[in-house]
Amino acid sequence: MLAESSVAIVREADIVIARQKGRELAAAIGFSSTDQTLLATAISEVARNIISYAGHGEVVLSGIEEGGRRGIMVVARDQGPGIADPELAMRDGYSTGNSLGVGLPGARRLVDEFNLASALGAGTTVTLKKWLR
Amino acid sequence: MSVPILKQGDILIASIQSALSDRDLVELRDELADRVGRLRSRGVVIDVTALDVLDSFATRTIRGIAYTAKLRGADTVVVGIQPEVAFAMVQLGLSLEGIDTALDLEEGLALLHAGKAERARRK
Repeated sequence: MLAESSVAIVREADIVIARQKGRELAAAIGFSSTDQTLLATAISEVARNIISYAGHGEVVLSGIEEGGRRGIMVVARDQGPGIADPELAMRDGYSTGNSLGVGLPGARRLVDEFNLASALGAGTTVTLKKWLR
Repeated sequence: MSVPILKQGDILIASIQSALSDRDLVELRDELADRVGRLRSRGVVIDVTALDVLDSFATRTIRGIAYTAKLRGADTVVVGIQPEVAFAMVQLGLSLEGIDTALDLEEGLALLHAGKAERARRK
């Protein structure tokens, strides 16, 4: 672990804080300006999901190293109601809320690795990784 | 963080200065809808040059502004979408379909004036 910081997601203004912190960390690790933007946008989507569906949670940002490559890991975690059908939630255009339904599937396209772990009543954890090219 | 809205003739210019929260965006939408009617504006320019992220909520709200303004008789042009932001929007699967865009404020204003001239000619 190179660096780790956690941003509590309680109010919608925290979405902006989380993506700004993510961008700062990505810049410090050496990501290009384009990759910083892609990552910040992905963080914005997963953080908004916390507000929209769980009410509150946290976003943990870490610098990571694996097999000689460096990257950034974003873990968005909540103790909300969970997602009944994670596969459906990953489908473009699907939304149970009042949204475009691009959040999770869109965020997946902005990063290199994406993992969604959720179960009804057990909260949701979305893990994103992006590697330095 | 509220967005300053300038009036230039019958055009309103919303110049976003820094990162906006969801609430700021919704306030901007309501404020613009109100002023378009009050000031009898025919055009709206939303300058997003300062925005480093346009996520799904922001895009949806900007679309809402443009459609609302249209119903109130004004055309909207979104100007200043940064190249990285445009790239991220495409990856995310977002578009501003049916909404005029321009590279910067100057071009956006030219586009609105051209639209007005076109309408006057057709009368």
